[in-house]
Amino acid sequence: MTENKNILEMKDIVKTFPGVKALKGVDLNIGYGEIHAVMGENGAGKSTLMKCLIGIHPQTSGQIYFEGKLIENYNTAEALKIGISMIHQELNPVEFRSIAENIWLGREPKTKLGLVDHKKMYEMTKEVLKKIDLNEDPKKLMVDLTVAKMQMIEIAKAISYNAKLIIMDEPTSALTNKEIKQLFSIMRKLKEEGKSIIYISHKLDEIFEISDKVSVYRDGKYIGTEDTDKMDTAKLIKMMVGRDIDEMFPKVECPIGDIKLEVSKLSDRSHFKNVSFNVRKGEILGVAGLVGAGRTEVIETLFGLRTRMSGQVKIDGKEVMINSPQDAKVNKIALLTEDRRLNGIFPMLTVFQNAFMANIDKYVKKSKLFDHKKATEDVNKFVDIIKIKTPNIYQKIENLSGGNQQKVLVARWLMTEPEILILDEPTRGIDVGAKAEIHRLISTLAGQGKSIIMISSELPEIMGMSDRIMVMHEGKVTGIIDNHKDLTQEELMLYATGQATSLPNN
Amino acid sequence: MAEDTKKIKDNKEKSERDEKIERYIELLKKYGIIVALILLVVVISVAEPKFLSPKNLFNVLAQSAIYGIMALGLTFVIISKGIDLSVGSLLAFAGIVAASLGQVSTATTKYFPSLGELPVLVPILAALIIGALLGAVNGGLIAFTGIPAFIATLGMMTIARGFTLMYTGGKPVSQLIPGIKFLGDKIGPIPIPVIIYGLMIFITWILLNHTSFGKNIYAIGGNIKAAEVSGVNVKKNLVMIYAFAGLTCGVAALVFAGRVGSVHPGAALGYELTAIAATTIGGTSHTGGIGTVWGAVVGALILSVLRNGLTLLGVQAYWQQIVEGVIIIVAVIIDMRKNAKKK
Repeated sequence: MTENKNILEMKDIVKTFPGVKALKGVDLNIGYGEIHAVMGENGAGKSTLMKCLIGIHPQTSGQIYFEGKLIENYNTAEALKIGISMIHQELNPVEFRSIAENIWLGREPKTKLGLVDHKKMYEMTKEVLKKIDLNEDPKKLMVDLTVAKMQMIEIAKAISYNAKLIIMDEPTSALTNKEIKQLFSIMRKLKEEGKSIIYISHKLDEIFEISDKVSVYRDGKYIGTEDTDKMDTAKLIKMMVGRDIDEMFPKVECPIGDIKLEVSKLSDRSHFKNVSFNVRKGEILGVAGLVGAGRTEVIETLFGLRTRMSGQVKIDGKEVMINSPQDAKVNKIALLTEDRRLNGIFPMLTVFQNAFMANIDKYVKKSKLFDHKKATEDVNKFVDIIKIKTPNIYQKIENLSGGNQQKVLVARWLMTEPEILILDEPTRGIDVGAKAEIHRLISTLAGQGKSIIMISSELPEIMGMSDRIMVMHEGKVTGIIDNHKDLTQEELMLYATGQATSLPNN
Repeated sequence: MAEDTKKIKDNKEKSERDEKIERYIELLKKYGIIVALILLVVVISVAEPKFLSPKNLFNVLAQSAIYGIMALGLTFVIISKGIDLSVGSLLAFAGIVAASLGQVSTATTKYFPSLGELPVLVPILAALIIGALLGAVNGGLIAFTGIPAFIATLGMMTIARGFTLMYTGGKPVSQLIPGIKFLGDKIGPIPIPVIIYGLMIFITWILLNHTSFGKNIYAIGGNIKAAEVSGVNVKKNLVMIYAFAGLTCGVAALVFAGRVGSVHPGAALGYELTAIAATTIGGTSHTGGIGTVWGAVVGALILSVLRNGLTLLGVQAYWQQIVEGVIIIVAVIIDMRKNAKKK
């Protein structure tokens, strides 16, 4: 059929689930030795398309050609065999087993007796790891590795299958900048060897840095494919959301009031030491730093989720003791946690149940019964204010997009009428459109005089939204900087990597 | 300045000391269960020297053989993040069928009156096949209908017990052929159940640590999604895991028949809990993906040393149960801390 310039051709792929047409006849063509970005908002159909490709959900109609041959009726194992491998967004290591056992799972080398040949398995592992310049003991347990290392192991695994096409689903979401650089250099090396990579990411700067081509999808439809160097951010966003987004960071200038929260010399057992900062009314304090800098630990301690060893916390000038989230709630502090799925949403419950969860006590009537009517009214009110897209509040939350799930969690905490709002990575894994909306919401809340602490690993977000920026490095505050126009990402990185500090060393 | 240097030096020494202590704690955590067993043996032998007599020690081993063998199968099941509540009932059913096929021809109440004396291989194969088959049914239910292992095996526990009672109309089967009784006998000072137990330990160890089946068990319990994505046939492996657990019940049934010399329909009532306890004390985690064969062996030994020792010391049976319960809970608390720290 074709003259084999493409390793993969997906033609007119349709996928229907009961009641939903997830893919409405889309295409995807990948060349040999090409890094091809697949973009689209959550719900655009990217993951469904990938699931068709690797044989998790066979497509309802349409053809897939791999290396010029039509492939059909295959499962994941068979896809692996012909050379299609996927590195999933949520890494799936078998935690208490070794690197070698994870890589060769399901196809361990055998001795003549049919027993597993451990010696050979370790040697083979070393060889594969060498290909990606990773120097780790094959016997090391996965649980002892960092997320970045686990990611590398996944790539090693894909290579070990002799994969010709590797799909990477948001591989950088948990990596530091340095680790991302390392990942990119491995990707370039794979490309030189003629391997093709499908790269899924929400981070536009990464797409521009690494990809050769980009295909965009929206609402289950194929929008188009372009050479990356002929693209710019505005054009790409327009293709993805179908409209122009006027402002990514709609920061509203508002008067900043008195000091609301003052933290001094806060320490825990091992993650951070002598952390001092304050937040004023109507102020957004951005917290920047690399993964592992102790940012999440600080705010979780502040919220009473972790034990503090020493330090003082004052609210409105009065010292408060917060030893549990209950205490935090009494003191009008709200926390939007980092990992939505881990400790945010109750996936099996409805939007309604998820929304009032932090606020059950408020809806207990004198008769000790739950005030269903008032709760419904309030939840509906917030669904309107925050513009949560859901058919009704009795929809299961897991049926909503990531951005809307996040909004439900924001609603949950706003219902507690907080004065201090702590947001830990409020837009992680959320698509561009929803991101801008969450930013607008944060800005509005600050405008209402609430004090906001926002942790983010995305520097543009930090710089676009914050009044002041606190930077942490290895458990210490290295700088608290007034945000201004001329502040650069590089400057922040100096603090985040511990090369600069604006504070007396304590 | 000098003070600072001293401080730094002190701190360094302190952290080195801490590290050393931490290493010891790590070691203790890893081998703590063996240390506990040794301590238990020492305490009991000081209090009652008779405990250490070879005859008694072999007795302890032989006592642990029956639930010890079942604990081996349960180790597979629990590592795969499952549970098997039916092992006691499977033992009873496999045992009673084997017994009915292995009665002497002169037996007063013979189950198959027209059947002469069969070669011992017949009851042995019957017990193994019935155990493995019913185990495979457990695994099949879990793998293909998706019902939780707890429910599938709870059902099987009741069903197999019902079959056992129905099979003989509630009556025991006794007067077994010498071939079966031999399985509960001794070679020199060594009880045959101990030899069978040893053999089963070896087989289980090979399966778990040196075959891809073993790797798959850890993968399924550790992360079933990862196993699927890696092309592991999860359903087939689940069936095999429960079939193996059933097979260990068949082996245990034969040891039981040999030791007791008869099988009654109420045999091995509650043994599933003892076997689960042994596996659990041995450090196999119910969160899946973690566990060892030697752990199950040490766990079974701790239970039988405890039972034997407390009996020798004249402690009331009620107290034995209370102590056992406490040990199970403490063992799991220690294990959870061990694994939580790693995470």
